[in-house]
Amino acid sequence: MFEGILIEGLVYGILALGVFISFRVLDFPDLTVEGSFPAGAAAAAILATRWGAQGGSTPGLAISVILLVLGFLAGAAAGLATSAIHHRLKVPPLLAGIVTMTGFYSINLRILGGKPNLPLIKFNPLLQGARDWLGGAIGSELSLLFAALILAAVVVGLLDLFFHTEIGIGMGALGVNEAAVVQAGVNPISLRRGGIMLANGLAGLSGALAASYQGFADVNFGAGIVAAGLASVMIGELLLKTQFIGVQLLRVLLGSILFRGLMYAARSWGYLAGIGPNDLRLLTALLIIGAMAISGRPLRGKKAQMPRKTRGSA
Amino acid sequence: MIRLENLRVGFSQGGGAQGGSAQGAGEERIVLNDFNLSVPKGQTVSLIGSNGAGKSTVLNAIAGSVPILGGAIFLGERECGGDPEWMRALTVGRVRQNPLAGTAGEMTILDNLALASRKGPRRLRFAVTSRIARNLADKVADLGMGLENRLRENVSKLSGGQRQALTLLMAVLAEPSVLLLDEHTAALDPANADLVSELTKRFVRQYSLTALVVTHDMGRALSEADRIVMMHAGEVVADVEGEEKDRMAVADLVALFRKARGSEYAEDRDLLR
Ligand SMILES: Nc1ncnc2c1ncn2[C@@H]1O[C@H](COP(=O)(O)OP(=O)(O)OP(=O)(O)O)[C@@H](O)[C@H]1O
Ligand SMILES: [Mg+2]
Repeated sequence: MFEGILIEGLVYGILALGVFISFRVLDFPDLTVEGSFPAGAAAAAILATRWGAQGGSTPGLAISVILLVLGFLAGAAAGLATSAIHHRLKVPPLLAGIVTMTGFYSINLRILGGKPNLPLIKFNPLLQGARDWLGGAIGSELSLLFAALILAAVVVGLLDLFFHTEIGIGMGALGVNEAAVVQAGVNPISLRRGGIMLANGLAGLSGALAASYQGFADVNFGAGIVAAGLASVMIGELLLKTQFIGVQLLRVLLGSILFRGLMYAARSWGYLAGIGPNDLRLLTALLIIGAMAISGRPLRGKKAQMPRKTRGSA
Repeated sequence: MIRLENLRVGFSQGGGAQGGSAQGAGEERIVLNDFNLSVPKGQTVSLIGSNGAGKSTVLNAIAGSVPILGGAIFLGERECGGDPEWMRALTVGRVRQNPLAGTAGEMTILDNLALASRKGPRRLRFAVTSRIARNLADKVADLGMGLENRLRENVSKLSGGQRQALTLLMAVLAEPSVLLLDEHTAALDPANADLVSELTKRFVRQYSLTALVVTHDMGRALSEADRIVMMHAGEVVADVEGEEKDRMAVADLVALFRKARGSEYAEDRDLLR
């Protein structure tokens, strides 16, 4: 049970990292993840199925990496769409995200071959690989947990490095004061586009992992996922205050694990308080409200709801 | 070098304030009409004039933060009236009146400086290596405010004067050729204002910048600029430099002001007749 919560927390924690990047770093309230998360799941699932049907070679590291990269790219493509809608047509972030997410519902159905659900029973290279990679020495669930931990650590480590590069610092500044970025001779549009693609790429990666872990991909994977990600980010922010980006990223993962733990508790023992599975979304909403009330920090987005009227290249 | 030729800038009267505008945007209000100004390389010009004269609009047009309706803007040899703001920033450094405007408050002093230390697209390499940090710390120490000991603090923790000094340093750090300052000492107490304007003089000399400085402080304008341009209602009403400028006192500038205002009253009377 504990392994399960931790693994789920880490898998969905990568999605929460994407939500953190768009909402907190870029100050771009982005709902695209509701489309990019299932896009990553669908892309990874269809590749795994095709790969298995081709002859079902043994699950190896190579195919696992390809699956994850594909999930990332599928998510990033959704991010690109949102960015284009926002920047070219001057559509506010929330609406741009809704448009993309709506369109991607159909795109995801197409990726899944017209069916709303694709099970990965026969061939699930990522899950099988992760369960077996330690040779069964410590049991498959623990192996899986270690694999998830390593993957999450790699993602956080890479992101931490990234946010210390020129591009990363530029993205950070973009969310705080766009004028400072413009003053540095940087096209804010291309920088923001990169950030939105990164955030949704992480959502897609998380979707690919979730599909493998759950053993199926579903077009409705994305429903309610923004709220789950936001709740994770906010719970993390309640845990500790820091200005170091690396710790902020870790805090998102912690928040995600805690959020999954709370959801598990509600599912398992909620009946004692009259809470059923149907109430989980309400619980998520209340968590977000509670976190905002405690921290006194609503979503930042006071500005940057509309792109500035910079002329020229988009 | 800055050259403005027949510059036209106007704002559409949004909200249909001017007689029920059925066609959306409403009419344009022209703020600058055929405005001409040429500032040779290395010159410091004080731009003075009454509120609403169009001084900030001139600076905004040069920097690209307001679009122009007509005319040409040359920065160096290049006509850049159609370039986006970020592209013009490659040659333009700028400080606004509001100390919060030019820096990213929720980022450290070091990260802000690293952002400003180079113009152009960002690269995928570490922004703050130990060499870069040492170099930037030296530059901050030169400000003489003790900020070199607070490099890893967020800029939002600085006072207005400290933050404006930092903004000024950021504006010149990447060695632009043009510096635009819009009442950049107006929000500071006298001591800090003196400090920041001393820094300004030093940087302008050090980097041989072409500077356009908007101010309401006549004394500073006279003592710090090579040339004084007075604007009124979107037009240049006085333009003095060299000996002519050196002979002037604050009282002479005020008299010029009165004269410019007076003509406006005359026009009003003409209109009413
Ligand atoms: N964004 C805008 N939209 C509409 N009108 C504007 C805008 N910016 C400036 N104006 C108008 O243009 C005119 C000139 O304004 P500007 O800010 O250039 O004056 P200024 O000389 O800088 O005055 P001050 O000394 O008060 O700063 C004013 O009448 C102002 O109302
Ligand atoms: Mg002004």
